[in-house]
Amino acid sequence: MKSKRSLLATPYVIWMALFTVIPILMMVVYAFTQEIVVDAETGEKAVRFTLNNFAQMGAYTVVFLRSFKLALVSTAVCLLIGYPVAYLMAKEGPQFQKIAMALIMLPMWMNFLLRTYAWMSILENTGLLNRLFKAIGLIDLVNHIMGTNLQFFPMINTQGAVVLGMVYNYLPFMILPIYSVIVKLDNSLLEAAQDLGAGSSRVFRKIILPLSLPGVLSGITMVFVPAVSTFAISRLLGGNNLMLLGNLIEMQFVGTAYNPHLGSAISLVMMVVVVICMAVMNRFGEGEEQAVIL
Amino acid sequence: MSKELIRLANCTMAFDDEVVLDNIDLSIRDKEFLTLLGPSGCGKTTTLRIIGGFQTPTSGDLLFDGVRINAVPPYKRTINTVFQKYALFPHLNVYENIAFGLRIPKTDEKGKKLKLTEEEIDQRVTEMLEVVNLRGFEKRHISQLSGGQQQRVAIARALVNRPKVLLLDEPLGALDLKLRKDMQNELKRIQQAMEITFVYVTHDQEEALAMSDTVVVMDKGKIQQIGSPEDIYNEPKNAFVADFIGESNIIDGIMRADGVVEIFNRRFQCLDGGFAPDEAVDVVIRPEDVDIVPVDQGQLKGTVTNVTFKGMQYDIIVDFYGFKWLIQTTDLSPVGSLIGIKIDPDGIHVMKKSEYSGMFGDYSSYSEEYEEISDATFDPEDADQEGGDEE
Amino acid sequence: MSLKQRPSIWGRLFMGLVFLFLYAPIFVLIVFSFNNSKSRTVWNGFTLNWYVELFRDSQIMNSLYTTLLVALLSAVIATIAGTFASIGFYNMKRRWRDPLMTVNNIPMMNADIVTGVSLCLFFVAAFAGWNGFVKWMESTYRLTAPRLSLGFGTLLIAHISFNIPYVILSVMPKLRQMDKNLIDAAQDLGCTWMQAFWKVVVPEIKPGIINGMLIAFTMSVDDFVISYFTAGAKTSTLAMTIYGMAKRRISPKMNAVSTLLFVTVLILLIIVNVRQAHQEKAMAKQKK
Repeated sequence: MKSKRSLLATPYVIWMALFTVIPILMMVVYAFTQEIVVDAETGEKAVRFTLNNFAQMGAYTVVFLRSFKLALVSTAVCLLIGYPVAYLMAKEGPQFQKIAMALIMLPMWMNFLLRTYAWMSILENTGLLNRLFKAIGLIDLVNHIMGTNLQFFPMINTQGAVVLGMVYNYLPFMILPIYSVIVKLDNSLLEAAQDLGAGSSRVFRKIILPLSLPGVLSGITMVFVPAVSTFAISRLLGGNNLMLLGNLIEMQFVGTAYNPHLGSAISLVMMVVVVICMAVMNRFGEGEEQAVIL
Repeated sequence: MSKELIRLANCTMAFDDEVVLDNIDLSIRDKEFLTLLGPSGCGKTTTLRIIGGFQTPTSGDLLFDGVRINAVPPYKRTINTVFQKYALFPHLNVYENIAFGLRIPKTDEKGKKLKLTEEEIDQRVTEMLEVVNLRGFEKRHISQLSGGQQQRVAIARALVNRPKVLLLDEPLGALDLKLRKDMQNELKRIQQAMEITFVYVTHDQEEALAMSDTVVVMDKGKIQQIGSPEDIYNEPKNAFVADFIGESNIIDGIMRADGVVEIFNRRFQCLDGGFAPDEAVDVVIRPEDVDIVPVDQGQLKGTVTNVTFKGMQYDIIVDFYGFKWLIQTTDLSPVGSLIGIKIDPDGIHVMKKSEYSGMFGDYSSYSEEYEEISDATFDPEDADQEGGDEE
Repeated sequence: MSLKQRPSIWGRLFMGLVFLFLYAPIFVLIVFSFNNSKSRTVWNGFTLNWYVELFRDSQIMNSLYTTLLVALLSAVIATIAGTFASIGFYNMKRRWRDPLMTVNNIPMMNADIVTGVSLCLFFVAAFAGWNGFVKWMESTYRLTAPRLSLGFGTLLIAHISFNIPYVILSVMPKLRQMDKNLIDAAQDLGCTWMQAFWKVVVPEIKPGIINGMLIAFTMSVDDFVISYFTAGAKTSTLAMTIYGMAKRRISPKMNAVSTLLFVTVLILLIIVNVRQAHQEKAMAKQKK
């Protein structure tokens, strides 16, 4: 009886094989192959196995490092802001919590590109913030102190702007898993700790913090992975010159330098790095499930 | 008699409109085993939590050793709690759970900070593991323990801090019967050996009677009676206590004079007095205090409606003038027989009427239950053939 | 300090600042959607012009329509497929289920760009093969079939693919929580398995199904990267349109779109919450 019903999943299994497994396998194949002109006269091309793509990646080490650096910084900032918010939210009453959750999730229903676009008009050289700074005389003040001759603070098209964009977009993904873990903590554990003599600080350090780690790990994963692979945020807020891994990959598929093999190789490396991070997280964390289900 | 250690003076606890504790006045003595007993919602757990510091009374005072401690947070009280669901820290092993309280530096009366060394901690934890019989379990993780073992870790974790008072919130509820009985003995033994005041909360009256020095019966936020187990059992103050503790037949009666009470228009001798002449009273007669005698020798006559074999005794439901009694006896009287009963004067206990009078009725529902159980073997196809005698 | 003590004033202030941070850009967007000038930063008076222009801009309106259509279709299809798949998985032996669930989780774990890129490779290769076959058919048998390329179809397939895992993630825990005896009880009372399914199982897991559908819809609307790589040249979602425009001048029509989206979601949220509050009140009254 039971095994017959498990066949219900068969259509999906086929779907997964077709649209999840095969594409990834193809990507792996592309990463390890190259099209080479076999015959100089006819221009005939053939596919050969090669590790060349990975070698080519070496030229882009700067990009790799930059992407990781920015992703780590964004994750750290999200953690610094997100943990306290999650903790404070968990202490509030159910009414507040419901509203707060809705408020945090609401921006996610507006498209992520729109949210990033919003920051452009704020950070631009003639954008809102700069106009504000000019109006209150901050720019003149800085010019006076530093002896410079700025018309505006260059905020857009900087690494800082990209970090800001990442934090803005991914902060909810840090807050929600941490919140969902802390709010489910058994209150009697806290009472027991107090009963045994622990004051507020100790209760937090010894009980709440360790028990909230699964949520923290979930949050870190949910922020780091999109942060390290983004290309829209870096394009919109970082300008054309700030290249991250995502931009690099995009160029291989859509830009003028069409090289799906190189692009696949970089994607493969990224996927492997992410899988390693996930494996480490899964050993200690609660996994994405909790975060998504909330 | 030892000194008074804890005092709740006129404590009331109200949440919005709901009054959970109604003007409670309770005194707990040093080194005694006191149990708060009552049905769900009677306020016993709230009382416990007030003593522990997890709730502050809406009005009234909580005194510890004569000092008012209403505002003192739990981590500053020399009181420890064993929680109902144990509340063991899931991320720490057995050793660290027990050592948790010991690792916290305490300040003594002079304001000096005391910190225990690692050796001292180790010694105390090992000692406590010995007391609760969990030697060798130090490195185990909480999830690997059975219910009974978790229970003992919870007790060890609380006791290792040598508190003056231990609060226990229905700690044995999740254990099976045999384990529960063993733990009851264990707890009593520990309490007497360590000379700590235990304040115990339960709804199981057998448990309360077995373990306590003092029993406090509560209902609806009020204390119904305080006394030793024997007092509570033999001399309940009102119908609620009589009904809650053990089985009892509660009958309307009239007090004719000191030592003479009238039920079913017959007078009985009893040991109680101090009532107004002809005052309406509740009369309690325990099922085991009723002797079955031949019809002509009995003070009352009745018909047996049910007999159920309970192992230790028979439960017999007898109909006296429309009122069904429960009698527990080792003599078998068959269903339908007419019997007489005799009750010794000390088997009759008279109580003043209270708001609980008339609430508990007779044993007709038991009677129906027993009928159904015995009818379960009855084949409906034979119904037409049986000539029933309805009397 | 139980978790029941309300935070201090500083805590509330901090939370307030964070919420301000989250919403400030959105408010800027909304305000300047009514701006009577092309500027996105200098206020010049109130106008509804941009909303009018928005409805006239076929490119934006088409992409908005595409976004919503894909989101709706993929959410519904993913929910149905995901629910049945969940039931299938639930009834499976662990030996089969565990590896299959791992494969199922891959799209969720992977960076969007990896999923997008791999699907792009797959579709391009598949279509190259198909189109080659069609060409051969035409030249050999004079039979023709449509040539395929990246477009709405591939976009839809991609969205369904990344939505189903979220639905499964939402439904499976509900299945696990469900009392196994319920189906047996229903069958004991005379239902066939199908009837038992509809009468007993579905009501039990309904919250999971609805939640899954909502999450799928959200993920679909929010997506940019996967759509970017699988929609092809002629189909465009809203996000893709914005990205394309971002390199040139962006007009306040975008602000108008943002405002409309925001207000719509806000109203939906309020309706849902008010309905829930009413239901809870009605239930509380019943209990009394």
